[in-house]
Amino acid sequence: MMALLGALLTQLLHGALLLAAAPLLLGLTRTAKARLMGRRGPPLLQPWRDALRLLRKRPILAEHASVATRAAPYLALSATLLAGLLVPGFAQGMILAPFADLLLIAGLLGLARAALVLAGLDAGTAFGGLGAGRETAFAAFAEPALLVSVLVLALLAGSANLDAIAALFREGGQGLRVSLLFAALALCAVALAENARVPVDNPATHLELTMVHEAMLLEASGRHLALWEAQAALKLAVWLALLAAVFLPFGMAPAGAGPLSWLIGAALWGAKLAGLAFALAAFESAIAKMRVFRVPEFLGAALLLALLAAALLFVSTGLA
Amino acid sequence: MLSALGLALGGLLGLGLAGALGLAARWAAFGAAAAAALFALAGLLGGPAVLDLPLGPPGAALRLSLDPLSAWFLLVLGVVALPAALMAAAGGIAGRAEAAGFPLFLAGMALALLAGDVLTLLLGFEAMSLASWALVAARHPAGAGRRAARLYLGFAAFSGLCLLGGLALLAAPGAGFAAIRAAPPEGWRAAAAMALVLLGAGSKAGLLPFHLWLPLAHPAAATPVSALMSGAMVKVALYVLARVLFDLAGPAQPGWWGAPLMALGAATALWGALRANTERDIKAILACSTLDNLGVIALALGLALLFRGADLSPLAAVALSAALLHALAHGAFKGLLFLCAGAVAERAGSRDPDRLGGLIHNMPLVAGAALLGAASAAALPPFAGFAGEWLLLQALLQGWRLADLAAQLLIAAALAAAAMAAALAAAAMLRLIGLVFLGRPRTPRAAGAGDAAGLARVALLLAALFCAAAALLAGPLLGLADGAVAALLGGAAGAPVHGLSLSLGEAGARYAPAAVLGALLLLAALLWRAVRRAGAPAAQRGPAWDCGFQPPPAHLPFGDPLTQPSAAGAAQPLRRALGPLALALREAQSPAAPGAAAPARLQVAARDRGFGALLAPLARARRRAGHEAERLRNLPLGACLALAFGTLVGLLALLAGLGRP
Repeated sequence: MMALLGALLTQLLHGALLLAAAPLLLGLTRTAKARLMGRRGPPLLQPWRDALRLLRKRPILAEHASVATRAAPYLALSATLLAGLLVPGFAQGMILAPFADLLLIAGLLGLARAALVLAGLDAGTAFGGLGAGRETAFAAFAEPALLVSVLVLALLAGSANLDAIAALFREGGQGLRVSLLFAALALCAVALAENARVPVDNPATHLELTMVHEAMLLEASGRHLALWEAQAALKLAVWLALLAAVFLPFGMAPAGAGPLSWLIGAALWGAKLAGLAFALAAFESAIAKMRVFRVPEFLGAALLLALLAAALLFVSTGLA
Repeated sequence: MLSALGLALGGLLGLGLAGALGLAARWAAFGAAAAAALFALAGLLGGPAVLDLPLGPPGAALRLSLDPLSAWFLLVLGVVALPAALMAAAGGIAGRAEAAGFPLFLAGMALALLAGDVLTLLLGFEAMSLASWALVAARHPAGAGRRAARLYLGFAAFSGLCLLGGLALLAAPGAGFAAIRAAPPEGWRAAAAMALVLLGAGSKAGLLPFHLWLPLAHPAAATPVSALMSGAMVKVALYVLARVLFDLAGPAQPGWWGAPLMALGAATALWGALRANTERDIKAILACSTLDNLGVIALALGLALLFRGADLSPLAAVALSAALLHALAHGAFKGLLFLCAGAVAERAGSRDPDRLGGLIHNMPLVAGAALLGAASAAALPPFAGFAGEWLLLQALLQGWRLADLAAQLLIAAALAAAAMAAALAAAAMLRLIGLVFLGRPRTPRAAGAGDAAGLARVALLLAALFCAAAALLAGPLLGLADGAVAALLGGAAGAPVHGLSLSLGEAGARYAPAAVLGALLLLAALLWRAVRRAGAPAAQRGPAWDCGFQPPPAHLPFGDPLTQPSAAGAAQPLRRALGPLALALREAQSPAAPGAAAPARLQVAARDRGFGALLAPLARARRRAGHEAERLRNLPLGACLALAFGTLVGLLALLAGLGRP
């Protein structure tokens, strides 16, 4: 009974922390990127303030927009939030841990993407369709890279459950492996593409012709825009949490631990996410956006890396 | 149960005859609906039974048998056929030929599924092939549709011949399935039989490289027939494959038989999903998506064979369950999507996305049903297509348990292909929904479309209900297939079901579709409340901002159609990145000249590479054979006599050789 209560409590805490961390992480990335480029940049809480202001504004719907424009942001944000609730954060053994299957997480993020694409096509404008076509094309390359990376993790941990993978990797059960490095690189490339970051897409661009993610949101306004921005921020947080859970699992509170280890875990988790966000900012400042037609090559390279990792693992486990 | 099914088959034959005489075309459709409901019921109740019909050649009466595998596929047939038949009754079929063909088509499929011996199986399979060909040909007296029907007939004949050869190698004519199971083939006979059955059933199912007919023939038929062909007929071919490979060939066959099936399945899935992204006819998009799903099911069947050969029967059960569950889900959502496409074609007057758009405003019911079907086809949780894909991917993730390095690499490649096919299928479905139902109307006809009414409405709602049930009740439904899984893999294995959820053992992964839906709804409701509390005023309508483009002129009330994405334009990124894999592309660009008022144009012609690689050499070979045969006519008399004599001697020698024990 106590264990169940603890699991429920950690789950709720995790959800609250994730929601709080999402705008902060986005703000941190923007500020750090601006500083690295020699600008002062916006304050850390700017995404939060933007969202609150947008929520109070009157939304304007395009004339031919349908119910899809109104419903899609809620669907996308709930799917992303559910995916976030499945990714272990500061503690393990949360109440949803038995369902924390990487395939389901990928499916939920795909559901959010589908909602975004439909919203982009709904107003019947040129840029919305352009962004939608590009987004789905990128996903066709990102998905296999993601799933082959999951194959590598599942092979090492014996299961595709993220909680089980994190638990095993926290204890160092997987050892130090080259294939894990390759899988990490592939997952990072997928994360960049899924979150519309440089070099795949530029989240701060004002040039519509080069937009992918933002092009689908051009007609969104008011609370719908606030929900979409929150979804993008939350998706970034979920991906960073996923990378942290798999590749930086140290310091997580184990299942059934007390509040003290939760506190330590939460502090470490915050530090890990902030570190990853800073690394993202540094990477984005150092690299230029690539042409849209080069993105399939970029993600194809990620797929090949993941396949190579799997093949190496097959050979090494076969020899052992 | 079986006698009722036998009576239903007889009734369908009678309805077909009545239809051919021009009597009661509408009642033929209603009768087909009743028979379909009976098939679905029999599929749900199942139960082993055998019935000998008082028909057939002397000494080998036609035998019907209902076992768990037939029951499962009967359920699939019923789920597709019931709404399709209602749509046919609502005016989906017209004319004597179609009224005769529709019940016969249904009867052929049911007979193939219920067959208890080789002869009945072949009879049902051929009746199904011929009836469906007649249904395609009847709609098109000439033109492209007629050419598609001819191509289909060619492939159907090839498939029938291969299947005949394969089944003849398996057993003496007239032997029941029980007799084949008792003495399964061995050695080269087994290998040859497998190869022939794979060719025969595979070309009927549309596996690469025999897929060319499918995206042409399926859309050419009437809407309910398209739904049946795509949702059910290809499943009958897969049933034959599963029946022979898993059941009749016996459990002792080597596992590597799964490898070609896996490779073909993965290639077909990718090919179909890619082509679904480039087609310009909504029914052709759906037919290409059928190729994709067929590939996924074949991949799962091959994987199950590999696991079974390596004595990993729990994993084989997962892969086989994935195939069975996906067959049911695909039947449900593809039937629904074809009915929606038919309603769009009828009410909005076109199947070309470039002449549609914005239909969600005038056709809310059809749009909602299509959205449900498309989300299922896109394999998004918690919709119908996800459960089967989830099981398949879980089985692929466990593929490293096969000790063989080559098999492991094959599985890793198949995983990448399956993942890419899933993402491509999602892209195709989003493009379909976005172009047809969202956005602005592209023609006045699309702007004036009306929603489905009357019986068509009932058919759509019923199909949507099946689709939702296949999504939310995936666990209990798969529980029905438990007997089939156990029968094909040996007693210990069972379907990976735990209550309402799919579950791979105690500590393994779990997926509960109802829980996912509940959680999503709960979160969305909480979000909605939270956003409402912020107290923003109600939304207002205004012209689309469109990055500050000028408003359209007054004579274009729905805006300039050229500023909306077109079917070719929406597919451009994928076509550019992956198109050349499957398609021979010809693009003609005419850029806008500076200062000229004419818009830039991009014209794309795409043709499946299979035409150049498979059909063109065949056509050349036929022409050459014709020329060679012409030369025979000029032979002198002596040579003619020698030829006839030589043939006679050769045939006698063959007879003598075969007659020796």
